[in-house]
Formats: sequence, C-alpha cells, structure tokens
Amino acid sequence: MPDQNPEIENTVSHLFRHQAGKMVAVLTRIFGSHNIALAEDVVQDTLLTALEQWKLKGIPKDAEAWLFIVAKNKALNLIKKQKSNVLFGDEITQPLLQSGYTVETTVNQLFEENLIKDDQLRMMFACCHPELSEENQITLILKTLCGFSTAEIAKAFLTSEDTVSKRLYRTKEFFRENKIQLTIPNVDEIKKRTNAVLNSIYLIFNEGYNSTNSEELIRKDVIEESVILCKLLADNEHTQLPEVFALMALMCFHASRSESRLNDEGEIILLPMQDRNKWNRALITEGSNFMDKAAFGNAISTYHLQAGIAFEHCIAPSFEKTNWHKILSYYQWLCRIASTPVTELNRIIIVFQLQGAAVALKELEAIENKNKLESYYLYYSLLGEIYLKLNDPAIAKKHFEKAAALTQSKTEQRLLQNKISSLVQ
Amino acid sequence: MKEYLLLFRGGDAERKQFSPQQIEAHMKRWTEWIGGIAQSGNLVGAQPLTNEGRVLSGTSKKLTDGPFIEGKEILGGYVLVKAANFDAAVKISEACPNLELESGTVEVRETGVMDDHY
Repeated sequence: MPDQNPEIENTVSHLFRHQAGKMVAVLTRIFGSHNIALAEDVVQDTLLTALEQWKLKGIPKDAEAWLFIVAKNKALNLIKKQKSNVLFGDEITQPLLQSGYTVETTVNQLFEENLIKDDQLRMMFACCHPELSEENQITLILKTLCGFSTAEIAKAFLTSEDTVSKRLYRTKEFFRENKIQLTIPNVDEIKKRTNAVLNSIYLIFNEGYNSTNSEELIRKDVIEESVILCKLLADNEHTQLPEVFALMALMCFHASRSESRLNDEGEIILLPMQDRNKWNRALITEGSNFMDKAAFGNAISTYHLQAGIAFEHCIAPSFEKTNWHKILSYYQWLCRIASTPVTELNRIIIVFQLQGAAVALKELEAIENKNKLESYYLYYSLLGEIYLKLNDPAIAKKHFEKAAALTQSKTEQRLLQNKISSLVQ
Repeated sequence: MKEYLLLFRGGDAERKQFSPQQIEAHMKRWTEWIGGIAQSGNLVGAQPLTNEGRVLSGTSKKLTDGPFIEGKEILGGYVLVKAANFDAAVKISEACPNLELESGTVEVRETGVMDDHY
C-alpha cells in the first residue's frame, strides 16, 4: 500500500482530535497534573503507533477502544519503568502506582470508560483555574482537551506558534509549581468555577463561529469541540446550572445558521440575504429544548439573553418579519446586566433598524468608554451605514475604509470594499 | 506508631492454576487491601519480588545465584506498614490476599534497632 492514504488520513485526523483530548484527560489524572506534558507525549506516541499499524492493516472496527488499550499499555510500561524516579498520580493514587502489587489494577481502574467524562470535566476545571489568564485557559483547553496542534491554535487565534508554545509552557509550569489538583470544585465554588469554564467555552465557540480567517475544517472542529465541552457540563449533575443550558441553546441556535453564512467562495452572506431554508431545523429544535431546561433558578444570565436574541432570528420567517422589538428588549436587558461597549454597539444596530439613523447616531455618541470601540471595525462599519442613510456618502465612505483597514478577516474586507466601490459609482 | 514488615511466602503453586479472570480478581483484592492501608495513611511501601536473586556471604563476599531454598520458602514480596502494636499489624495482615491460598503465609515482623542483635 502506498504511504499516503487520504481516506485513512482524514478519518484518523478527525478521530484523533477527539480521542486525543479524552486520552490526555485520563492520562493526566493517572500521571498527575504536574505531568501534563508526559500525558501529551504518550498520546502522541499512541497516535503514531495507530497511524503506522492502520496504514498496513486498515482501521480496526472499534478504533476508539484500540487507541485506549494502546495508550493504557504505554502508560503502564512507563510507570513500571520509572517506578522510583518520577512521582505519578495524586495523594491517593501515588502509593498504588508505586507498588508492583497494585499498579496494573489501578491503571486499569483509572481507564474505565465511565470515569473518562469526569476526567475531562476535572481537566476543564483545572484549565480554567482562576489564576490563569483567559487566553492561557483557552489555549490549554484547545491543546489538551480538544486535541488541536500548536499550529492550528495559532491559526485560529491569529497569533504565532511561538506565542502559543510559550503560553502552554507557562501554564504547565503553573500546574507543576502550584500542584494543581484535578478535582471537581465543591458546592461553594462550583457556580463561580463553572462560569469561568463557560466563559472559555463561549470564547472558543465564538472564535470558531466568527473567525473567517482560519481554515474551514479547523473552524468546524472548533465549533464541534466547544459544543462537546459544554455538553459535558450539561450532562453532569454537579454542573447542571441554568447558564450551562442557556449556552448550549445559544450555540445550537448559532450553529443552525452556519451553512448559510458563507457562499461557495467563502464570503460572508449577511443576515438579510441568507437562505433561511438552509438553516438547520433540528439544531433549532435542540436549542429550544435546551432553552426550556435553562428556565430555572432566579437569575437571567447573559447567555439566556443572547440565546433569546438568536432564537428570535431563528424563528423569523424573513429578515423583515423578525421581531425586532423583542430583540431590542433583550439587548436593553443585556446592557443593563452586563454593559460593554460592544453590547451597546449591537443594541444600537437594532435601534438603527427600528428608530432610524438619527437616533442611532445620537446613542452611538453617548456610549460610555467609546474609545474602546475605536479599534473595532464593526463600529466604523455601523457609522458608515448610518451616514449612508443620512445621505452623506463621503463620510460613509471614510468610515467604511476605516473599518476595512481594521478587520483582519479577508471576507469582511471584501464585503466592505464592495460597499466602498458602490459608493464611488 | 511502629513499623511492621509483612513478608509473603508461598501461594505460587495455587496461583499458577489461576484462570485469567481469577488472576484479575486476585490482583484487584491486592489493590483493595493495599489501597485500604494507604488510605488510612499507614502504608510505607509495598513490592512483590521476582524469583531471581543474588546472595553475598561472609567476609569473602562470595556471590551465588538465587535464594536456593524450597519454592514455598521463597520470599514473594513485602508490605511495610505503620501500626500501633503487633495486634494491630496482625489485624491488618488478616485481610491479606496471600491468605486466600492454602500454602500462603504472612510473616509479621516488627522493625527495631540493631541493639537486639548484640
């Protein structure tokens, strides 16, 4: 058989991405959080073994089980060999991994299928440790739990591989130095800690959903992985908070539109022009079910409100027939509980829709901390639209140009360029 | 708290007759037993021994292979535990899976100081 087999390579890379995250979570629990790098090495080694063997023998029926057995044996051999040189595990497992009487049974037990989801959850909480910066949290999650390579993370976040490597290195050092425990937080902490995890998942999802600069395959996998992570929280009784279901709903509603957002050339299609027949009804229904589940407790989170907004878009028969008033009321609520210049900007886009250019311009000027928007392309893009409506194409053009210069996304740039050239004519 | 060395001998004849399932179940009980001692904070160390060995003797440091004794006398492994007294150490030993086997023994020895040997 020739060395390159595209079918195997494709199946394998998708399978690997997902299984790698699970295996790293289990192995990190076995080796201890101070040995994440070792866990990653063993997983990498397992994937290489799989690739070599599968090229010759084909992909086994239960590829996932195959990978786990190989990873387990590699881990076991490594622990047996290193017995007294390296300390593995946590307080409870450490003596059991050191003794030849107990090492094998202990590793077998830690690899049991029903424990893996908890391992992933523990790992997720560790990755979102309050002392880690948001970007370090996200980088570590993508690397260890979602199986993305350093190069892929760099591409998705428009940064260099070097920066990503440095972030990972520092985070692993932090784990080692602070002996971070892999636990599910106790009752007092669980709400706060879960919210930190949700925030990271939300940012990862947004990156996958909004970025048009990364490769399509990576983008889709980023979305898929963030949904899988959130589902882990939604499935565990300790973490079933209303916010978790609300974020699930929000992601379902957004994801339902993803097929209609780009044309064949990879350019953005704006909401009014999207083919609503392409929206995924099954995902919209799933999102609605999560919305029902999210309706308990006494607090409305930003995820609830954003999901409400996304839902209104999803059920509107056309752009014109969208319930803009309801959407505006959600945005007003959102701005009351979590006002940021960007949410204000989004609210004003709806104001522009409902109350016209003059009102929108006035409100835009009244935004607090407006200077934070001055590097945000959407701000200038909205100003452009407003001035266009106010019959001032010269100023509109200037704003569109500014917006085009600020966005890194090629498709956004093309979209803005089209607007600018239509103004010139 | 004193330290006691639990020494395991025998049982190999029976173990050799085990099916793979029996081996797995037996090893699970070792893990539960040692895990229990570890959880109570009384485990110092535990290792099985292979049947291979070297013996050095006397001033000449004469080197020979193996323990050269009857199969059932061969030391199979040890667990070092902390316990208040002999009774407590024996109590711990009673649950040792080596005693599931007819020829298996557990010898409980208290660690001491060299004074006793002069």
